Amino acid sequence: MKRHAILGATRGMGRSLARKLVERGDWVVLLGRDPAELEKSAADLHARGTPGVRVATAVCDLEKPETFRPALEAAEQALEGLDVVTVTAGLFATQEQLEADPSLAQRVLVTDFSNTVLFCEEARKKLLLRGGGTLCVFSSVAGDRGRKPVVLYGAAKAGLSAYLEGLDHRFKAQGLTTVCVKPGFVRTQMTEGLKEPPFASEPDEVAETVLAGIDAGTPVVYAPPIWRAVMTAIRAMPRFVMRRVKF
Amino acid sequence: MANDRIGGWGRQFQPGREVLTEDLEHAPRVLFRGLGRSYGDSSLPPSGNPVAVNTTRANRIIDFDESTGVLRAEAGLSLKDLNRTFLSRGWFVPVTPGTQFVTLGGMVAADVHGKNHHVDGCIGQHLTRLKMRVADGRVIECGPAQERELFLATVAGMGLTGQILEVEFPLRRIPTPWIWQESERVGDIDEYIGKLKDAAKDWPMTVGWIDCLSRGKHMGRGILMKGRWAQAHEAPARFPRELPNVRFPFEAPEFLLSRLSVQAFNFGFYWKHLPRKREGIVDPFSFFYPLDFVKDWNLMYGRRGLTQYQCVLPSSAGPDAARRFLDVLTSRGGASFLCVIKDCGPESAAFLSFPKPGISIALDIAVRDDTQHLVDALNEHVLKEGGRIYLAKDGYTRPEHFRAMEPRLEKFLDVRLRWDPNLTFRSAQSVRLFGDPA
Repeated sequence: MKRHAILGATRGMGRSLARKLVERGDWVVLLGRDPAELEKSAADLHARGTPGVRVATAVCDLEKPETFRPALEAAEQALEGLDVVTVTAGLFATQEQLEADPSLAQRVLVTDFSNTVLFCEEARKKLLLRGGGTLCVFSSVAGDRGRKPVVLYGAAKAGLSAYLEGLDHRFKAQGLTTVCVKPGFVRTQMTEGLKEPPFASEPDEVAETVLAGIDAGTPVVYAPPIWRAVMTAIRAMPRFVMRRVKF
Repeated sequence: MANDRIGGWGRQFQPGREVLTEDLEHAPRVLFRGLGRSYGDSSLPPSGNPVAVNTTRANRIIDFDESTGVLRAEAGLSLKDLNRTFLSRGWFVPVTPGTQFVTLGGMVAADVHGKNHHVDGCIGQHLTRLKMRVADGRVIECGPAQERELFLATVAGMGLTGQILEVEFPLRRIPTPWIWQESERVGDIDEYIGKLKDAAKDWPMTVGWIDCLSRGKHMGRGILMKGRWAQAHEAPARFPRELPNVRFPFEAPEFLLSRLSVQAFNFGFYWKHLPRKREGIVDPFSFFYPLDFVKDWNLMYGRRGLTQYQCVLPSSAGPDAARRFLDVLTSRGGASFLCVIKDCGPESAAFLSFPKPGISIALDIAVRDDTQHLVDALNEHVLKEGGRIYLAKDGYTRPEHFRAMEPRLEKFLDVRLRWDPNLTFRSAQSVRLFGDPA
């Protein structure tokens, strides 16, 4: 049995992941900004979980860094410890929306990079104090290469991926396992209305892959795994090609 | 897969798109659609406003009472998800259709029935409550004793009375997750119907498949299956493993589904059951959901897709009704891979609920140039017999035929109009059959 805190567990991939955890008997604290939503998801996990599983909630808003520490402390108290902290929360907007609206761009950049990093810093300290643990953070394949449709969003995710890699190098020896998840296109409310690229996947499939990554402590998890090959190919493309293609 | 066309399970596509949301209560006020397993146009939006809300992401369990089995969940919860969670804990839905790839909302909207219809009726008869958002934006609860008319119009109402947000009904305790099944090879249609009716007296679940290509003295030969939940002393102690998922890899070319290949399939299926009788333990997945094994099996029907013709022939039409139906079908050369004949019990109080006492016949038909004519001919015959068709399968019935088959339609339309005077919730099917504006 492991004790998990998940920021973003009420929706999308976080919801799928939390379900898989309670189904195998892990304990979960749901972190999110809307108390009513947190309660609803907790009830869902209670009904699905194996008998005796513990589910708790704590309010935490990725757009409000002052909520990070109290939320993690509440999480630790609720489960009498913490082994894994996962962040699936994040903001998304299309390149067109971000270009047209600088305040939206600021919100997305701050949330997906600075605030996520600040949350990870709090989580890292907490886990290291306990002698180690796993920090699993959802970055994106968008951060693997600067590309036309994800210039701004991708830049934030690239920064996040770089931070997570650094964290792994710096603290692995002290017992902190860092898992950087890079999902491709996943059919969730976040991607609603976007045109589907190839290899679009379901939140449940991604959660399955992520769970295996958390258990194994894989530093970089592509979900679905095909994206590792796809991004390797895209990273190898010369600049003059990238300037011409639409992706 | 571009999200710019939308189709039913029969793969007849039209321009349109689905909105994916986890928050049904604040979704656009248009038709709700679950996993899209209805064959025809029931889950497709009208062409004038081609948007439907996909409910599958609203899939949380609200509450489960371990002592009574009462489950309350968001409408997008799938039966597959529900079974995965509850079957191993000894609970099962009171009524299941022939696929797990349906949402609770879809099960209610179509008022699905299963192999146990002759004893347990449709899913609507087990519901204790529905939470809905109606056309004026109010969120209300309805049930058998609360806003009863709205409830009876919503069950089997194909999503046209409002948006189903949450569904509540009791799950049933099962002794083990295994099925005790007896199956039997039957020589012709008359013997089949006789045995089906006999089996209904002793077995909670019956279903059967017949070969609807053979004519003459073999007409309607088939396999009859009877089942019940196995008791602990009969069943293996382990949990049944779900069949692996195979995906049908591509849209098959049309020649694959020639008369010859269908004949070969039916011949093989019949003679695979070499002993006349078989009995034993089977897993519930292959018993209830044999076709779920092949994902996207509808691709087998090629570019033009398929439709299913499902009708009920009432007891009043007599035991020969099935033979007369097959006569009409075979005389038109209607080739069908699968022809399923089931027993139906009493009619439900829900206004548009499909089953009524008699037998139900379901045929999967590849869409060809003459499909409309075939459906028309079958409908005219069914009308004469006093039967009716199942909206969840239909994409071809003419409005005048449906009106003639369904005396309760006026009542349904009345109640619907009371709750939705501006016809906010329309589907391609309601435009076709009920004359809604597109």
